[in-house]
Amino acid sequence: MKILVALKRVADPDNANKVKVSPEKIDTTGLEWKINPFDEYALEAALRLTEDGKKPKKREGEVVVMTLGPKEVETTLRSALATGADRAIRIDCTDDELDGRLVANALKTVIAEEKPDYVIFGKQAVDGDNNGVGQMVAELLDWPMATFAATIQEEDGSLLVSREVDGGMCTLRVKTPAVVTVDLRIVAPESVYSKLTDKAHKYSDGVRFAALPAIMKAKKKPIDVKALADTAGGVTIGSNYANFEAPAARAAGVKVEDVAALVDKLANEAKAI
Amino acid sequence: MAWLSGLGAKGSCMTDYDEHSTTGGGFAVTSAGRAGAFTPEQFGEEHLKYYQAAAEFSRNQVEPRAEDIDHKKPEVLRELMQQAADLGFFLVEVPEEYGGMALDKATSMLIAEALSPVGSFAVTYGAHTGIGTLPLVYYGTGEQRSRYLERLASGELMASYCLSEPSSGSDALAAKTTATLSADGKHYVLNGTKAWITNGGFADLYTVFAQLVDGDSLKFSAFLIERKTPGVSIGKEERKLGIRGSSTTLVILDNVKVPVENLLGEVGRGHKIAFNILNIGRWKLGIGSVGAAKYALGEGVRYAKERVQFKRPISEFGLIRQKIATSAQLIYAGESMAYRTAGLVDAATAKLDKSDPEYFKKAINIIEEYTIEASILKVFCSDALAFVVDEMLQVHGGNGYTEDYTVERLFRDARIMRIFEGTNEVNRLLIPATLLKRALQGRLPLLEFAEQTKKELSGPGRLPTRGTGPMADEARASELAKRAVVYCASYAATKYLDALKNKQRVLGELADAIAHLYGMDSVIARAERITQAHGEDDELTKVHCALASLYCFEARASIFQSLQRIAMMISEDDELDLLYERLGKLDQRYRVDVMGLQERVAEYILQNDGYKLSH
Repeated sequence: MKILVALKRVADPDNANKVKVSPEKIDTTGLEWKINPFDEYALEAALRLTEDGKKPKKREGEVVVMTLGPKEVETTLRSALATGADRAIRIDCTDDELDGRLVANALKTVIAEEKPDYVIFGKQAVDGDNNGVGQMVAELLDWPMATFAATIQEEDGSLLVSREVDGGMCTLRVKTPAVVTVDLRIVAPESVYSKLTDKAHKYSDGVRFAALPAIMKAKKKPIDVKALADTAGGVTIGSNYANFEAPAARAAGVKVEDVAALVDKLANEAKAI
Repeated sequence: MAWLSGLGAKGSCMTDYDEHSTTGGGFAVTSAGRAGAFTPEQFGEEHLKYYQAAAEFSRNQVEPRAEDIDHKKPEVLRELMQQAADLGFFLVEVPEEYGGMALDKATSMLIAEALSPVGSFAVTYGAHTGIGTLPLVYYGTGEQRSRYLERLASGELMASYCLSEPSSGSDALAAKTTATLSADGKHYVLNGTKAWITNGGFADLYTVFAQLVDGDSLKFSAFLIERKTPGVSIGKEERKLGIRGSSTTLVILDNVKVPVENLLGEVGRGHKIAFNILNIGRWKLGIGSVGAAKYALGEGVRYAKERVQFKRPISEFGLIRQKIATSAQLIYAGESMAYRTAGLVDAATAKLDKSDPEYFKKAINIIEEYTIEASILKVFCSDALAFVVDEMLQVHGGNGYTEDYTVERLFRDARIMRIFEGTNEVNRLLIPATLLKRALQGRLPLLEFAEQTKKELSGPGRLPTRGTGPMADEARASELAKRAVVYCASYAATKYLDALKNKQRVLGELADAIAHLYGMDSVIARAERITQAHGEDDELTKVHCALASLYCFEARASIFQSLQRIAMMISEDDELDLLYERLGKLDQRYRVDVMGLQERVAEYILQNDGYKLSH
């Protein structure tokens, strides 16, 4: 099985207060970068789908990671390679050249060339929270899609994908080739089962760590670089960013003496009750 | 030890001191900050990825279980060690032919730093991969290594290092454990008791130091002993103040028959193994202390931001901010020295040919070369950690005195750092003793430098002048301090000759002064490098320069205070007046906006929720 995983690097959410904002742009110099957490989950799901859970060192299939960005994003790709992906593709561009539609079109070109069985995305990036690229790619490819996956189970030629909905789970069967986007539950111990993994097997919670030798080997795994112009299929950026502003600083709270004072403030100041 | 005989050798006045920028102890005579010192800013992507992998492991796996580890909940520590093994953390310093990664010392120090927040785990890991495994790496025969190394690297076997005994700690070579060759010449028979053995309770392989009885003489030697060998028994677990989760026991040897093939290294050369392996341990203890101090600072900062008194978070108060800044400047100095040392060792080791059959012998010589720096790191960083955990506990007030707050454990865990791997006292004695020994061996132009200083002092306008840049005052202060320290050291050496080795108070003061020289030199080099890279007006440059400046201010004052004490201890009357006069010319004060710089540092640390100046 061959799976493509699309990754985006995002500014480390724990250090988000370092972002310098001016009306024209967001200044990203000096930021620490991380793989978007949902994309890390997508990679973990892809790794689980291409292995026997009991023998995670042996890859039973191929996992290819791809991203868009300048040369520096290769360090993000190498992190993914160290975790277990086999190779990587980078579409060379700068962050301000992009919007979701352009990204989806560029990825579509790569996917059409690579012909994977599945493409897995994180449900959204935690920087822009747009939640659009996965769905757009499925539309552009005219492939079936299953979004917000909480569990995935592989069956012959198809995936059973469940998402959490009010009061239960909604399960879809998608046949290869298909697009899946994943939610955070996908990295729970019993969320993903490949054909090879015994149903009694439990993964440890969360994404796997990169072992030190894997970090060393990741240096030697191939990273293909493609030009944005060659993959965008004539599509150019369609969004106009009108203004950027930092969220207002949160005002300090107040401590109230007793319940009566709380009720009074809720009723008269906050007008919430 | 006649390390002072032959004193008074006259050096050439044309000595190029900067040639010694990569010589062990060379910092004492080279131009300030100009040694091209390696700094943490020079780490590449791979170094940082190794660090992040270890930091993530510590954060996600070890730290959440700190309490279970401390309470010795069965299997928790072993399980974490196995996980660490599976992630390759045991492979770092093992040669490739035994499945290891043979990475550089900088990487092993980055990992030691990353794993430092939980002392019990850090010590267990360090004892296995460091003093436990490295004797085999550096001194094992091919056969010994192939018998054990792969299994140590995979975590199948756990290792431990047995030097101390109940009656010999600092005086390690006075060990009473004996080894006697059996009549058939096939075995050594070992008898004795080893004490304070880290990992003693569960290790499978012990590197044991003992006196090999050879007729009338005793030859200190090292032996590899498997736990399952009959006659090996383990004492009860010690109940300790800190690092409670780690295993510390006696290892008792009662007529233990060790095959002759398990003699490690040469007969009578055990002290070389013992001390060189400890040298490596000392760097890691140094950087581990720095890591633990960073972690403690983070805890203090978090508490200070949340704790409200007088209707303001206490992080707004001057005395709290001062604690934060002072802690940070010590961390900065320790970190700068530690990675500079790693850089020196790695640069020298990188020049060796790995296929050379003498490779490990040469590699160990490089480690020996930087033995002064190793002792400095051990003493300075563990003392710095003691200061930081104490102040951060103080930030927590009464809460810090309870087990509900992590800082209480950090305070307890820190205490051992000044004791093991050679007490800070033993390491202090080693620093000036080794420096002077090197001078007499002609390896360091110390006496020439002292002579030159005397000439510079004899007339006006001969001492170094102030240069330019944000570190100009500090660089000059460092130049002058080097002259003062080297002058005093050689003055004391000339006066007392061999008897100086018994003047512990003088040596101790010299050690502190020499350590501060290394510290000043290292922070100046680092701040200057940052200034070159980012410009003087850059915000980050200003924080680096503030830290360097604050540290140098304290270090300079401390150096001259030490030298003044030495002067009073070694001379009186006219002689003391003369010494005072000479030191006075070098004791040049300059202006530092201590409060402003402390504010800049504290603000940065508070905004970033911790030290966050490197990886």
